[in-house]
Amino acid sequence: MSEAKKQEPRKLPYVAAITEGVRQVLQEQDNAFVAGEDVGEAGSVFGYYQGLLKEFGPERIYDTPISEKGIIGLGVGASATGCRPILDLMFMDFLGECMDEVANQMAKMRFMFGGGATLPVTVLTMSGAGMNLAAQHSQSLEAWLAHLPGVKVVMPSNAYDAKGLIIAAARDDNPVFVVLNKLSLAMACEVPEEPYEVPIGKAEVIREGKDLSIIAVGRMVNEAMAAVKPLAELGVDAEVIDVRSIQPFDTETVVNSMKKTHRAVVVHEAVRFGGFGGEIVAQLQELAFDYLDAPIARVGAPFSPVPFSPALEKVYVPNAQSIVAEVKKTLGL
Amino acid sequence: MVRIRRFEEEAGKLMEDGKIPGALHLYVGQEAVASGVMEHLSNQDQITSTHRGHGHLIAKGGEFDRMFAELFGRSTGYCKGKGGSMHISNIALGMLGANGIVGGGPPIAMGAAFSNKFRKTKDVAVAFFGDGASNEGSFHEAANMAALFKLPCVFVCENNGYGEYTSQANHQAIVDVADRAAGYGMPGVVVDGMDVIAVYEAAGAAIKRARSGQGPTLLECKTYRYYDHVGVRGMGLTYRTDEELEIWQKRDAIQAFEKQLVKMKVTTKKKIENVYARVNKDIEAGIKFAEDSPFPEPADLLDDVYNTGGAS
Repeated sequence: MSEAKKQEPRKLPYVAAITEGVRQVLQEQDNAFVAGEDVGEAGSVFGYYQGLLKEFGPERIYDTPISEKGIIGLGVGASATGCRPILDLMFMDFLGECMDEVANQMAKMRFMFGGGATLPVTVLTMSGAGMNLAAQHSQSLEAWLAHLPGVKVVMPSNAYDAKGLIIAAARDDNPVFVVLNKLSLAMACEVPEEPYEVPIGKAEVIREGKDLSIIAVGRMVNEAMAAVKPLAELGVDAEVIDVRSIQPFDTETVVNSMKKTHRAVVVHEAVRFGGFGGEIVAQLQELAFDYLDAPIARVGAPFSPVPFSPALEKVYVPNAQSIVAEVKKTLGL
Repeated sequence: MVRIRRFEEEAGKLMEDGKIPGALHLYVGQEAVASGVMEHLSNQDQITSTHRGHGHLIAKGGEFDRMFAELFGRSTGYCKGKGGSMHISNIALGMLGANGIVGGGPPIAMGAAFSNKFRKTKDVAVAFFGDGASNEGSFHEAANMAALFKLPCVFVCENNGYGEYTSQANHQAIVDVADRAAGYGMPGVVVDGMDVIAVYEAAGAAIKRARSGQGPTLLECKTYRYYDHVGVRGMGLTYRTDEELEIWQKRDAIQAFEKQLVKMKVTTKKKIENVYARVNKDIEAGIKFAEDSPFPEPADLLDDVYNTGGAS
């Protein structure tokens, strides 16, 4: 192998980066295991645990019944007693089946016990529309979780962050939800082979610009990046921020960006009304009101369940075009 | 049993007097269940409790001073005043919490049992829950998974005849909750929850089975709470008769056990009186400790929401 070839950066798709992150956690932590629906023999319906059962055996990778209350409860009880579970909640929509275990047990146990319990548990769950999976398999419900004191919530927009956030989540001594996105599974980028952490609670400025800050969550980061070129053609130099972690939320990075650009558009795939974007806007106006040159705009899904028909889903999910349209309004173009 | 009975009686009075804030769900009448089961458990064995959880913590080794302090909302309480009666807990004693959510405990106990098996310990996790909780999906998911994975878990149903204010006949179409065990492939056992020796023996068999890797058991203890769902009033309730209460009180577990011990000459009336005197002294000291303890500082509020790596 030539020297040049050796140094060529390795690219991995999002799905394989998830696998590698989980594999390295299992190698690193003897008390870690994976439990969830179809995680073993099937390697998950999304394929991101492929090969792990063979590599680690049935004592580390557990297929569970279709029992979300049981899965989350298992993680609460096991993490409070010396394990570091990695739980799989196949679709984020299934939160409805286990919200008591998430909201009333997992999130609150440490506080209710006066600090007496530590719950190092990671939950991987799949969000997002765009695959015609209709109203109960396509939602982005991250705001439900971010509203719960006691859990952390991260949303990787790319393969590098997916691996790094999974490792950071598994090393964290708190419950962490890693909210994945199903349309991103095939997206590849450079991913180092060795284990690394992407810090939880840190946003990243992924493109610097001077005219306006696009503050995007999850997969919408990629739509925001796709909006950069059409915006440049309109003479707009957009800064793009990947929020990465919504709980804790990196107020500082977002505020500093808006102080520089004086304008902001907040973008998420979740329903706009009551979405996490409202929190971002509130923080910006509280902390940087004097820097604002225009109202802060929000891009999100309309107030409707996710539709099935491709014709409807296409108009439902925010994209680069809707971001460009909102930016134009903000700038009066 | 006497420690639980006296603690609950005093706690109830303190709540009535306005000294303990919030709501108390008292365990008076059901003492034989916690006492009979916990006799088999060490501090390494875990339990999950219910909203009626003081008795479980006392039987698991909870001290009156820190318990009263918690009920009083003081910083010296088991949960630094942040949990109160409905969330009282102590991980060091293997007590994974009272729980304000009916049916909240079984999945957590199943998880602890999973952890025991995963970590290859010989510890057992016991889930206490009521007849009301046996209608919650969480119980069924936990029971199925515990049986499927053959976990060292025991499900102890304290059937006191009422889910809050609704009688068992009005909330389920079965008489024995233990029948539900068959649906999960585990043994279901019914025992007289007013007979501490019967509970002790049945729990012993279930815990031994769990500890030896044979999987979970559903143990139903038929019992009765003398007080209302919340608070101390026992008579004149709209949803049950005074006669029913009196029938159960005639079978009081503590009185029956005391009589039996005296008859068997294991102890004397005098010695039993001494037990009460000792317990009363502990209660007095516990209340004093609580009353003398400081409230948490406002600055303590945000501690313990997350683990930030510091000592808690």
